[in-house]
Amino acid sequence: MARESEDTGMAKASKAKRQRKKKPKENKTRTVHANIHYDNAKGEENPNRHYASNKIKTTKYTLLSFLPKNLFEQFHRFANVYFVFIALLNFVPVVNAFQPELALAPVVFILSVTAIKDLWEDYRRHRSDKEINHMDCLVYSSEDKRYVERCWKEVRVGDFVRLRCNEILPADVLLLSSSDPDRLCHIETATLDGETNLKQRQVVRSFFDLDCDFDPLKYSSVIECEKPNNDLNRFRGYITHRSGRRDALYKENLLLRGCTVRNTEEAVGIVIYAGHETKAMLNNNGPRYKRSKLERQMNVDVFWCVIILLVMCLFAAIGHGLWMFQYGDRRPVFDVLSPEGTDLSPIMSAIYLFLTMIIVFQVLIPISLFVSIEIVKICQVYFIHQDMDLYDEETDSQLQCRALNITEDLGQMQYIFSDKTGTLTENKMVFRRCTVAGVEYSHDANARRIAMYQEIDSEEDECMSHGGTLPRRDSVTSHQSGRVVLRSHSTKSHRRTGSRAEAKRASILSKHTAFSSPMEKDITPDPQLLDKVNECSSQMDFMRFHRQPMSQLPSDLSDIIDFFIALTICNTVVVSSPNQPRHKVRTRFGLKSPVKTIEDFIKRFTPSRLTSGSNSSSSSSLNRSSNKGCSSLLSSPSAESTLTKLNEEQLSGTLEHAFTPVPPCYDEKASGTPEEGELRYEAESPDEAALVYAARAYKCSLVGRLPDQVTVELPHLGKLTFELLHTLGFDSTRKRMSVVVRHPLTDQITVYTKGADSVIMDLIRPSETGNSKGKRQKKIFCRTQNYLNLYAADGLRTLCIAKKILSKEEYARWLQRHLEAETAIQGREELLYESALRLETNLHLLGATGIEDRLQDGVPETIASLRKAGLQIWVLTGDKQETAVNIAYACKLLDPDEEMLTLNADSQEACAVLLEESLHYIQAKVFCSSGDQSKTFQNNVAHFEIYPSSSLSTSSSHTAHFLVHRLGLVIDGRTLAYALDRSLEDKFLAVARSCRSVLCCRSTPLQKSMVVKLVRNKLKVMTLAIGDGANDVSMIQVADVGVGISGQEGMQAVMASDFALPRFRYLQKLLLVHGHWCYSRLANMILYFFYKNAMFVAIVFWYQFYCGFSGSAMIDQWYLIFFNLMFSAFPQLITGTLDKDVSEETLQQLPQLYVNGQNSEEYKPYMFWMNMIDAFYQSLVCFFIPYFAYADSDVDLFTWGTPITAIALFTILVHLGIETKTWTWMNWLSIAFSVALFFTVALCYNASCPTCYAPSNPYWTMQRLLQEPLFYLLCTITPVAALLPRYFYRACQGTLFPNPVQAGRQLDKLPSDTRRNILSLSRVKMGSPLSPEPPFLSLNKSKGCQKSTSGSRASQDKQGSVLQTNKEKVPKTPLASSHSEKHLSDVYPVAPSEQDLSPYTSPQLSCQPKPHSAKDSDCLDETLQPSDLSLSSWNASTPLVTQTDAVHLNLPPDGPSQCVKYTRSSEEGLCSDHVVQPAHRTVQVAEQALHTAL
Amino acid sequence: MGRAKEKSGPLARRPDNSAFKQQRLPAWSPMLTANTVLPFFYLLSVVCMLLGVWLLLTVQSTQEKKLNYTKHGDCNLCFEMRQNVSNAGQTCSCKVEFSIDRTFKGDVFFYYGLKNFHQNLRRYMDSRDDEQTVGRIKNLKSPSVYCEPFQTVENEVPIAPCGAVANSMFNDSFTLTYHTAKGRDVPVPLLRKGLTWYTDKNIKFRNPKTDNLTLAQVFEGTRPPPFWQKPVYELDPHDPINNGFINEDLIVWMREAAFPNFKKLYGILNRADAPFTNGLPKGNYSIDISYNFPVQYFHGEKEVVLTTLTWFGGQNHFLPIAYLVTSSLILLMAVVLTVAWWKFGKDGKNMKD
Repeated sequence: MARESEDTGMAKASKAKRQRKKKPKENKTRTVHANIHYDNAKGEENPNRHYASNKIKTTKYTLLSFLPKNLFEQFHRFANVYFVFIALLNFVPVVNAFQPELALAPVVFILSVTAIKDLWEDYRRHRSDKEINHMDCLVYSSEDKRYVERCWKEVRVGDFVRLRCNEILPADVLLLSSSDPDRLCHIETATLDGETNLKQRQVVRSFFDLDCDFDPLKYSSVIECEKPNNDLNRFRGYITHRSGRRDALYKENLLLRGCTVRNTEEAVGIVIYAGHETKAMLNNNGPRYKRSKLERQMNVDVFWCVIILLVMCLFAAIGHGLWMFQYGDRRPVFDVLSPEGTDLSPIMSAIYLFLTMIIVFQVLIPISLFVSIEIVKICQVYFIHQDMDLYDEETDSQLQCRALNITEDLGQMQYIFSDKTGTLTENKMVFRRCTVAGVEYSHDANARRIAMYQEIDSEEDECMSHGGTLPRRDSVTSHQSGRVVLRSHSTKSHRRTGSRAEAKRASILSKHTAFSSPMEKDITPDPQLLDKVNECSSQMDFMRFHRQPMSQLPSDLSDIIDFFIALTICNTVVVSSPNQPRHKVRTRFGLKSPVKTIEDFIKRFTPSRLTSGSNSSSSSSLNRSSNKGCSSLLSSPSAESTLTKLNEEQLSGTLEHAFTPVPPCYDEKASGTPEEGELRYEAESPDEAALVYAARAYKCSLVGRLPDQVTVELPHLGKLTFELLHTLGFDSTRKRMSVVVRHPLTDQITVYTKGADSVIMDLIRPSETGNSKGKRQKKIFCRTQNYLNLYAADGLRTLCIAKKILSKEEYARWLQRHLEAETAIQGREELLYESALRLETNLHLLGATGIEDRLQDGVPETIASLRKAGLQIWVLTGDKQETAVNIAYACKLLDPDEEMLTLNADSQEACAVLLEESLHYIQAKVFCSSGDQSKTFQNNVAHFEIYPSSSLSTSSSHTAHFLVHRLGLVIDGRTLAYALDRSLEDKFLAVARSCRSVLCCRSTPLQKSMVVKLVRNKLKVMTLAIGDGANDVSMIQVADVGVGISGQEGMQAVMASDFALPRFRYLQKLLLVHGHWCYSRLANMILYFFYKNAMFVAIVFWYQFYCGFSGSAMIDQWYLIFFNLMFSAFPQLITGTLDKDVSEETLQQLPQLYVNGQNSEEYKPYMFWMNMIDAFYQSLVCFFIPYFAYADSDVDLFTWGTPITAIALFTILVHLGIETKTWTWMNWLSIAFSVALFFTVALCYNASCPTCYAPSNPYWTMQRLLQEPLFYLLCTITPVAALLPRYFYRACQGTLFPNPVQAGRQLDKLPSDTRRNILSLSRVKMGSPLSPEPPFLSLNKSKGCQKSTSGSRASQDKQGSVLQTNKEKVPKTPLASSHSEKHLSDVYPVAPSEQDLSPYTSPQLSCQPKPHSAKDSDCLDETLQPSDLSLSSWNASTPLVTQTDAVHLNLPPDGPSQCVKYTRSSEEGLCSDHVVQPAHRTVQVAEQALHTAL
Repeated sequence: MGRAKEKSGPLARRPDNSAFKQQRLPAWSPMLTANTVLPFFYLLSVVCMLLGVWLLLTVQSTQEKKLNYTKHGDCNLCFEMRQNVSNAGQTCSCKVEFSIDRTFKGDVFFYYGLKNFHQNLRRYMDSRDDEQTVGRIKNLKSPSVYCEPFQTVENEVPIAPCGAVANSMFNDSFTLTYHTAKGRDVPVPLLRKGLTWYTDKNIKFRNPKTDNLTLAQVFEGTRPPPFWQKPVYELDPHDPINNGFINEDLIVWMREAAFPNFKKLYGILNRADAPFTNGLPKGNYSIDISYNFPVQYFHGEKEVVLTTLTWFGGQNHFLPIAYLVTSSLILLMAVVLTVAWWKFGKDGKNMKD
């Protein structure tokens, strides 16, 4: 690259060395000078010449290096080396078996196919490189003394680049100048971290004060910074000016390659890192080579094939030695001496023969297997690409498969690790509803509007949605009329983003402003509330007009107006004008710095002061220089200009204009019609924007924000300017933010606070008892709390709005101490925190909002069906706990019915204790629910294992010891850090894997990847990580399959991923349908391959017994070599690509079929051997039927061998036909083609040349054979006899014990409406239609225990009576305290909803012999009160108001396989026997168990 | 993907909605369940049964006579004599007598058979030069290396035909005599032509271009294989055209047998004259054997076979039996499946409803 090209002269090198010697420290840093000063030196003297240029090259090969390099890489694959070795072996005369040139053909073919594929991939990379390298940007040219257009690749370190709005950064640039008056540059880092919100970058401090344009010629500083590294969030260095002054550089000064400049007209910077040294490129190390699980498994069997091969060769060699030996010294005439004419000893000939046999039997190691697999995978990838269902119209993007070789892994996933924001959610916050002063405004119209965005998808919707709300929330039910009311979530509203047109508009708009899709923006106000707002503001207007004190306003009305004012101003939203997107509105109504000093305060708040709005434009620059740099907790102080106050005094009179009522036409203007003058809001977080938009819908809109004032437009009142005294920014510890303003109407100092309900509700001023006002307060408080709970249950993000009015004295007191805190040297952070706490107390509750962090469409359904498919879903998010939990509820990851373990620990020890306790708790549950049972039955079920094979430490082992409960685990980042410690990770895993869902909040990218790695390595499961941002990259790379969400978000995750999806919901089809297909196709194909080759080779092997183990083959060398490669290759490729064992619809509707892949049921180790045995049987038939048919005849070798080849081909093809599930015309064609190809080749080959193919000479054999009836007779009977067992087995299996997949296929055959009925039935009913009667249910051959369910059901009536008595007994038991009740509720798990929802998992419940206890609990449940856990640090609670302490036992997906041990007859007896017995005993046993456990 | 580029507009990248790309090709998906499989089973069984019976009847009509003459009667003497390699030059003849109970109707084929002779050994089979036997002068003078060690003798004198296969050629000869009831000896006329494939005789084996030269002159400068008594151009003293590489016995021998026990065609009964117009009449026969081929080195045996053929080969009962056995197996399976289906399959059917 550039470094190489430039670095030609020795002089330079030596100079570089000298420099390095001079400053050994400099090795760790990089020095950047401006290039313009060195242009004359033509690079010789340029100190930047050693740095990489901006040209990128991601290709692997060049034209010259392609062949050697590619061959070298291909020979890394052992198989290739092996095949080349065999081909070369043919060149040794003593051992050769085939014509040497011919033997090379397959290897060359295989190698060239792979090479062509590699070449094509590399070419694609080259093209995209070229495209990127030729993008334009403006670079300063010292010759032209201006900025000129250059290609990206010509940009060098030290160049000055000028960046315009919406331009992409070509390299890592240090920001030196910005057109923004605040010297800021906004960038969108979507391509790096996927976050669409704007990030502010600052001009380097020394260039702050430049009021005029930055002139590169005057630049003479030297930058010293870190060496290139891939940490996006770190940049350190300093800039040294000519004056010797040094300024530090931070990451806030650096603009990263790939980001987009937004909202800034122009910026200038100097390139620090270029090309491959940019942080973006360093972060972009392409997808690593992954080997799929199936391939790993296959490699084991390839190894077995090698063993079989060696055994066969050894056998033949020994046989040959013995055969030779029996003739003794007298050689028979047919024993040919060696070319030298000497005798070969039996031992030597055995050794030679061994090598010969390796060549002859080479077909056993399927040379074409690897190539075929690759071809099939490419085809599969192609089909996945082409799937319309995975195409997203909104973003015009479809699924991308970036890893070509792990498609089948998609069908074997067991754990999914998902990011939240942007993956599950759209990162679009929509205002849904609010409550003000205890009155709920349900925003029905708004809900309807959102519902309107949902595409009419009624069919799916009807069956998928369990939506509904609490019946008592009558206001809401209107838009969900007729829905089943079920206290959970209204999923309906999460479904779709919007109609297509709407969405497209949104995507266009969002290119300019984040968080401003129409969905987020156009909020339909609640008419009731709108009326109130209008009424309120008109009253206020009236009062102001009549100079009445505002306090006379009725408190509920004032609350409402305050509420909206708070929504509008209590944030950090920046207003921009629409005509020039992303340009800050700078219409200054006045500018004044926030209160900075006591004097300032006193001056400002002296009674003489009239108003708040004031003008002091002169101070603007000062403010700018002082304020902007600080994103600290509180706005920082700066030098106060006395001038300000003077101006204020002068101008105060004019300020009345600020209150001038707007013209009457205002109403129409502001009434939400998207007019030209509409303002755009740019927020740092989407929920802020959502609130501002919500307020605007009530005509309470933010029109301007300046560091010291906020301008709000209110109905009737017009534009009001609030003097911003303080902003206490949001932080995660306080979980709230506050603004201190002076209210322009009341002239009161008001604190508006907005924050998480959990914190705000604690800070509300306790209402004085007695008077009516206090009562009202209390009522509001209670009601609000109530609504908050409802919101949370609905999965809404809740925020509480509160206010507080400070007297001037109070404010002064606070201010004084606050200023002290600000200026404190030690412990400033803490002091500021305390100071904030002091301010934010005794708040007056205004109301609460419910914001929907909109889930992507279909997320709950996807999660539900993925979970039904037996996938464990963990959500790892950087979000705060409350949000994460809310979303988890919304997307049904957590169930309100299930218990939640929350782990929050402050220290390692605490974490250890917590985990220990959780483990105990879980174990107690296991013990109670299943442990006791197994104890009870220990005598009669001694042989029966609940966890059959702990030795089976493969994929299914994670279920071996732990049952998955209906438990949700929530853990925060800090605790996670402790839990991931080596000493605790096992415990953590033990806890986590027994929970149904796991939610990790506030986790760092590193933690995410550690979690994935931990699960992957310790549990030996297949993991999938899905995410959209840069913070997910590490996790995506660690997981077995990484999925990136593409679309409007960034590219970073996509670059690292193996598959890129436009939306989360496509994961369902990708896994359940394509994954299943890919897996089953490939698994079947691999097995078939092994079978095919073994069968073909075995035929040759049997012949060795008749030719003195001499290594001769009756199958001609051509057929031997090309049989795999040509004659039998196509049908299996077609089947491997197109076969569908179950239709797409059924797969999606019965996610349970996915378990098939998870348990590797298509390709189990024993299946390899079964196929081998079948192959051997078939080869025996294929050999001996022709043998006996021709025995004792005058047949010659090839006349006998050619029918065998044909027979083998027919057998193999029909075998494939038996295994093929769907026959398209392609299948027929491919089989016909194969047969035709064989005969054509044979006829041509046998007719072409009587001398060319020495040593064999099959001239005219085929022609002759085709005239013989015997040939046809053989070709009929042999395949029939060979395939009879397999066909019979398949027929039996299909008839008598169909496995789930076959049952699914049977379902496919039914007419579509019948099928739909069955499927909908299966969703409601527990017993799936696929498993009707115990002995022959289709599903339960593997899921053997289903019948125990039905068995237990059958005996349910009996139990009923028993239980009744049992229930009455309960209180009389010794532990009849409330304590015992709690335990009992644990003992008797309730599983109602589970049974309703999943026909598949619920049967598994009964795998533990405890289904009856589940029933018991249904009855017991009524008597038992929910009780809290007494364990100290756990929150066993959900946001729901009421809940039962329901504990569900639920065998994990692969549970079924464990139950295979059941025998049909014994089991029924077993279940029905035990079902009743334990009902008597369980209580006592369980109690004992608890005593020991706790 | 080239086509995708032509499209433009908002949905440019939308995949085609074709049945193939969406994997919705119309497909036939057979279910391997009793309902579908059983009819097929029964049908197959019946077809195989019928074929088997037919074949069996056909085979029953054939006749075959095998005579192992390795040590039979006075051939034992010759067997002893051939034990010693030094006697290779001496001739030895013996006579084998046999009788036929029923007339061999139709064409009768006369085979010689060898047991335990591995013509199918890999290196043995390779030891030949097809280019030489196809009549290339170049290969006649310098045979292919495949012929090693029977490529040349002594001072690089080429062997024609070279290689182990030709070298080990079977060289017994037979004369079949029919002893009529009247005590008259009638020599049975055997056709020694038309024993080979047409393509062998005319394409694969040809004498080098003679151009008015006699065969002997053509083969000048070559040696016969070491084991041979006569040069290749004198193989058939009775028919000068049947000499050289196109000698039918040589061609028959050069077609390597598939199994160690094999037979090769020696002659076909010439049915031109009485009493052989209908085939081989019943009665007593004798074969005069010129006993040249040694078999003791490989524990081999020699035999002659007289047989008639069917349309699908010689007298071999295996194929009909194979058909019958397969048929009954299919029937058995079908019955088992039927029973199972009647007993349990009904439930399986119910689950669909």
